[in-house]
Amino acid sequence: MMQNIRQAVESGVPDPFLYMHPLMRRNYGQWDWHERPRPGVLHHVSLMGDEIWTVRAGTQRQMDTGTIRKLCQIADEFADGYVRFTIRSNIEFMLADKDRVAPLIDKLLEEGFPVGGTGNSMSMIAHTQGFLHCDIPGTDASGVAKSIMDALHDEFINERMPNRVRLSTSCCQINCGGQADISINVQHTKPPKINHDLVANICERPSVVARCPVAAIRPALVNGKPSLEVDEKKCVCCGACYPPCPPMQINDPEHSKLAIWVGGKNSNARSKPSMQKLVVAGLPNNPPRWPEATAVVKKILQCYKDDAKDWERLGEWIDRIGWERFFDMTGLPFTRFHIDNWSGAKYTLNHSTHIRF
Amino acid sequence: MKKKHETPNLDQLESGPWPSFVTGFKRLAEKNEMMADLLGQLEHSYATKKGYWKGGTVSVLGYGGGVIPRFSEVPDKFPASKEFHTLRIMPPPGMHYDTEILRKLCDIWDEHGSGLLALHGQSGDMMFQGCTTEKVQDAFDAINELGFDMGGAGPSVRTSMSCVGAARCEHSCFNEAVAHRTVMNSFTDDLHRPALPYKFKFKFSGCPNDCMNSVQRSDMAVIGTWRDDIQVKPQEVKAFVETRGRQYVIDNVISRCPTSCMSLKDDDSIEIDNRNCVRCMHCINVMTKALSPGKDRGVTILVGGKRTLKIGDLFGTVIVPFKKLETEEDYESLVELAETIIDFWAENGLEHERCGEMIERIGLANFLEGIGLEVEPAMVAQPRSNSFVRMDTWEEEADKWRQRHELKEGAV
Repeated sequence: MMQNIRQAVESGVPDPFLYMHPLMRRNYGQWDWHERPRPGVLHHVSLMGDEIWTVRAGTQRQMDTGTIRKLCQIADEFADGYVRFTIRSNIEFMLADKDRVAPLIDKLLEEGFPVGGTGNSMSMIAHTQGFLHCDIPGTDASGVAKSIMDALHDEFINERMPNRVRLSTSCCQINCGGQADISINVQHTKPPKINHDLVANICERPSVVARCPVAAIRPALVNGKPSLEVDEKKCVCCGACYPPCPPMQINDPEHSKLAIWVGGKNSNARSKPSMQKLVVAGLPNNPPRWPEATAVVKKILQCYKDDAKDWERLGEWIDRIGWERFFDMTGLPFTRFHIDNWSGAKYTLNHSTHIRF
Repeated sequence: MKKKHETPNLDQLESGPWPSFVTGFKRLAEKNEMMADLLGQLEHSYATKKGYWKGGTVSVLGYGGGVIPRFSEVPDKFPASKEFHTLRIMPPPGMHYDTEILRKLCDIWDEHGSGLLALHGQSGDMMFQGCTTEKVQDAFDAINELGFDMGGAGPSVRTSMSCVGAARCEHSCFNEAVAHRTVMNSFTDDLHRPALPYKFKFKFSGCPNDCMNSVQRSDMAVIGTWRDDIQVKPQEVKAFVETRGRQYVIDNVISRCPTSCMSLKDDDSIEIDNRNCVRCMHCINVMTKALSPGKDRGVTILVGGKRTLKIGDLFGTVIVPFKKLETEEDYESLVELAETIIDFWAENGLEHERCGEMIERIGLANFLEGIGLEVEPAMVAQPRSNSFVRMDTWEEEADKWRQRHELKEGAV
């Protein structure tokens, strides 16, 4: 017998007011000011005099239902049964009662959830999919996030950076982790290896040709079969051809490296939003803990922490001290690869005598 | 259940102070074959430094997108996780939940899926990860019954994100949640049935701090701002100067203003040249109690942000310097603008070309003409510096500006 077929209810985005802490609902649009009594805690006061305390804790993002149920239990016991999540997978508990803040923090720490990520701290790294669920990953994401957050746990639970620090990782050069103060991204170093037997059956060749940002791919007959060939001198090893054409394997256990980019900023505070810039490449993709990449991140953060002024984001700090000094302080090599040659590159050169000696 | 696979690499990710995803996976693997084999495949990836998933086609009845199909390339080794699809489900704006709804979602996922849930993906979705092809429809039906709907995937309007905003932030300059829902729920067809040149993302940030990273991560960024003067509480300014000291205020507020529009007076009050304030938020971020955005609030709209592929990273570009978002008509015109942009792009964008890339290819002026917006100086960092341009119709274009200005003057 045919099963009853259920039509989807195309309800779209659900109504947040159904799930919002009642104090937030009541004071919606009426908040007046806030302060941070300690790292991981926000205190907001509304124009009507209501007050709400928020406790922010880190999660692993990839959660088993057991972990979510545990967080629910904590929310029921300490926080009126409501939570929300931040863009960086931190969980927030909202409390109407100041006296419940400390017991909630104790409970979260006891259950292994670090409290922090507010103000001038390093929040949770923007977490992508990696080996766990991506079809084109050059590395893992959950493991990288875990390793770096372990290594820099103290910077999550304290507010002792000059300003907020945002990190991201990306497991391929599509970079779905996005721009950040420090971004750790896969950087392929070799052109794709093509399985010519499979191309004709799997790939829509014209769209693969169109996908290449440097027009390095052209149709070709290989061993009598329609396939694609890559001009390896032109190829920038970006991997853009791989998703539409998996026989063009770009991931390489040895030659897919990690690169670190700094100075991305999306906020308009003080300076305009800025793109992140390459500082180092060629780091080994070294699971399960990626110690080499982690060490560079730590080094850059240490220099920033020691030298930047209050409220300076990482990129703003470098704008002030100059790239000469950045490479000097971090001990990272400056190479020909740092000099941009993409469209718009001329705007990234120094057309002045402004030089620090 | 007996341990199925040894995981020496992943085991090393169970130590350390940050919550371990591996520990959670192992808990699931104890009772669930799919997660046991998933752990095996993940360990295999760690050992060989390669991914082993491929895409395919899986969807639910009536929709084209929203399920991310994953089929294993090593199904012989890990048969129970050979199908490990993700359902992208849209959360409420601001990602608010009560524990009752979270538990119901967990129940559904324990019954129909792997029990692994990511809160949230970079796309802004709740990601229900690990479902067989057979179970996808049942899982979706149950989630959909709770009032949750599928998110976007493929060449479609994608799931949106908005900040906590008015729910708990005094910087909020518009009703983010309502704008988010009103816009997104006008595009459910384009969200669920991918038929655009490529992805199209909306993001909503309540103020120029742009906590949703909308300038870089969305094709259409709606960012709160204000037109009148920064609100100042003189007593709180004095109190701030008194507690922090004048040097702190000078070094961290006054001299950090990007347009030098602030000064600290001899009586410890602050004077702001609001005509030159660019609404950067810095002074308000530092003096949260003393300073607030003005009262005449609205949004700035930027279009064309995206990451690297294919032509390099792009930030959004201002196309609407200021728009009120208060009345029903305001929201309607926001939706209309979004529709016009998407229609124009659907018509003129190349396959796999993001809206910002199309703008880069055809030029902002042509794009604006295409969607019926007039040019304004606030849309550029500076006028053109390259003289190779044909300007036969200069007088015509200059007249448009003059007429608009007379109208504006006349309207005052």
